[in-house]
Amino acid sequence: MTDFATTNTANEPRVSTLTYAQAAAAALQEAMRADQHVVAMGEDLGRGGVFGQYRSADGRNLVDIFGEERVIDTPISEATIMGAGVGMALAGLRPVVEMRVADFALCAIDELVNQAAKNRYMFGGQGRVPLVARLPIGIWTASAAQHSQSFESWFAHVPGLVVVAPSTPADNYGLLRSALQCGDPVVYMEHKELWGMSGEVVHEPVELGRARVAFSAGPSGRTDVTLVSWSRQVHVCVDAARALAEQGIHAEVLDLRTIWPWDRDAVLASARRSGHLLVVHEAVQAAGFGAEVAATVAEHTDARVARLGAPRIPVGYAGSLELESRVGVEQIRQSALRLLKRA
Amino acid sequence: MTDLLSLFRTMVRIRAFEDAAEAASQGGVSWGGAATGKPGEVRVKGPLHLSTGQEAVATGVCAHLGPEDLLTSTHRGHGHTLAKGADSTKMMCELFGRATGYNAGKGGSMHIADFSVGMLGANGVVTAGLPIAVGAAHALKIRKTGAIAVSFFGDGAINRGPFLEALNWAQVFKLPVLFVCEDNQISATTKSAPMTAGTNAASARAQSLDIEATRVDGNDVEAVSDAASQLIAQIRAGSGPRLLHAITYRQKGHVSVDPATYRKQEEVAEALKDDPILRARALLAQRGLGEQAARIEAEAKAEIDAAVAAASAAPAPDAAAAYTDILTTGEGMWK
Ligand SMILES: Cc1ncc(C[n+]2csc(CCOP(=O)(O)OP(=O)(O)O)c2C)c(N)n1
Repeated sequence: MTDFATTNTANEPRVSTLTYAQAAAAALQEAMRADQHVVAMGEDLGRGGVFGQYRSADGRNLVDIFGEERVIDTPISEATIMGAGVGMALAGLRPVVEMRVADFALCAIDELVNQAAKNRYMFGGQGRVPLVARLPIGIWTASAAQHSQSFESWFAHVPGLVVVAPSTPADNYGLLRSALQCGDPVVYMEHKELWGMSGEVVHEPVELGRARVAFSAGPSGRTDVTLVSWSRQVHVCVDAARALAEQGIHAEVLDLRTIWPWDRDAVLASARRSGHLLVVHEAVQAAGFGAEVAATVAEHTDARVARLGAPRIPVGYAGSLELESRVGVEQIRQSALRLLKRA
Repeated sequence: MTDLLSLFRTMVRIRAFEDAAEAASQGGVSWGGAATGKPGEVRVKGPLHLSTGQEAVATGVCAHLGPEDLLTSTHRGHGHTLAKGADSTKMMCELFGRATGYNAGKGGSMHIADFSVGMLGANGVVTAGLPIAVGAAHALKIRKTGAIAVSFFGDGAINRGPFLEALNWAQVFKLPVLFVCEDNQISATTKSAPMTAGTNAASARAQSLDIEATRVDGNDVEAVSDAASQLIAQIRAGSGPRLLHAITYRQKGHVSVDPATYRKQEEVAEALKDDPILRARALLAQRGLGEQAARIEAEAKAEIDAAVAAASAAPAPDAAAAYTDILTTGEGMWK
């Protein structure tokens, strides 16, 4: 991480209030300023990205700051956006590859899974692919089955990929900065319903592979149940933890932040303390990453484990159908109570 | 150095390499998957795609490239790799699955690569090299290095979507890239023509995007070299992408243990008369350079014999190497 030069001249890191989208733009902007090898490319980047995530807090599009050579509007060619990212990385750049929504990254799956992820190993360490592929995930109101999916477990399954899923503006800034320094191919999954969320951002990288305590257990330090989650679902878990607190149940919410490598030590430690682990994610529960976390905890602790995700159904368009795919506060509360055998 | 003798030297080195690799692969896994022979004696395992008969294309194109120029290849990549300047011993070590191979034994024939000479790898996925070459060219343009990227691909590869995407991208951004269609008229075990709409499809599809394309006799190494020389000069001068469509012939089966019974013996016999090395050898003799040519061929055989000997004696990778060069992020956190 030595090739990273920060533009911050003050001793104290800068703090600002930004949306989740602006935080990412700020991270990218600062990385691009510090390192001329960082470039971004994808469809509609010239307009600041479809979600405004390539527009700085003062409203300017990054292309107006860095020029068309470094913020590249591309044809609708997902395979080649990703494949070109691999080629650019091999030829000395650090590309940020925009996929618009994770669902469309499926058109670039060979380039991501067989090319980017395998390059370094397959060529015996000759090649490095330091690219950040941005794959926005999650349910996005009334966007239906092809614009709402969460595929983090697919990519966590692939050796050679780092998988990141920030839940706050602060983490979206800090994790993107780290992703841009790490030298490995990173699948960077932002949640579409978090773009507008506002929060305080410390302009410092956040280490990959470390969980964050999103909600602490009771003041006594007693923990009854560990809730593990990531991305948008962290906020729902925090609400559920508050509801449990009203019943005198102390939940600790851990935000994994990085799906691979994931912070096994933090999760195991919390599960040992509480004796109860519930993993909650927005993705379909079947074969989801929650299964990996739950199995690991079961293998290494005496904790009782459970997981909670969406039913294995496509996300429907009508509100009533979409709701079936959403994991809500009450469901989490009920699952936690069942786990504690208090329901 | 693009005189016929030096082109001939590259071609016969490739031929010797392919012949040796083929010999070392016999008795491995048969076409269809059943194990044959004694595994201990088989030194080159797995799918081995030989470029025997196609040497003139790799040779004629790479003669005009330097180590700063970047190259992506196909599953049939030995010739491209040697022509780009790789070391035959390190290549043979890789085919033999040795720790001393270019890929430390992790890639084998299908992923042979030498990044130090700009050869960014053979590829097990048809057409996958084109978008990567386009990205490399894009980076070279942004970085203003003056170098170019070249992508070899087969005539079957033009029927996958990334072909169109990559050519369009290269033209939209006016990138310094040469696309080389190595048209051996067959895809795996199926003739390409009935599977491909349009005539002269590789050239025609490029031309439909306003990318200039040149068709050439891919068994005439001087013709390939001349055509490549012109196209590469245009690209270096800022023309944007160009396509070279070289018609050649795959003398062997799809993989080394494929007897290729799907084609007629007469067809093969006829094609062998057009062998690029035979043709170059005859030309050299005509020009009074027969003796030098014979010496070059002997040297090539000796070089490759030595490569085989070195590879045979080289160590296998440590099993612990299976865990290295995957990710840096999280390394040592836990396995
Ligand atoms: C995406 C993909 N589909 C299928 C294959 C299996 N396959 C390997 S080589 C080959 C034939 C390719 O034909 P062509 O591009 O003409 O190259 P040639 O083998 O004739 O040199 C096929 C179908 C593959 N490797 N990748």
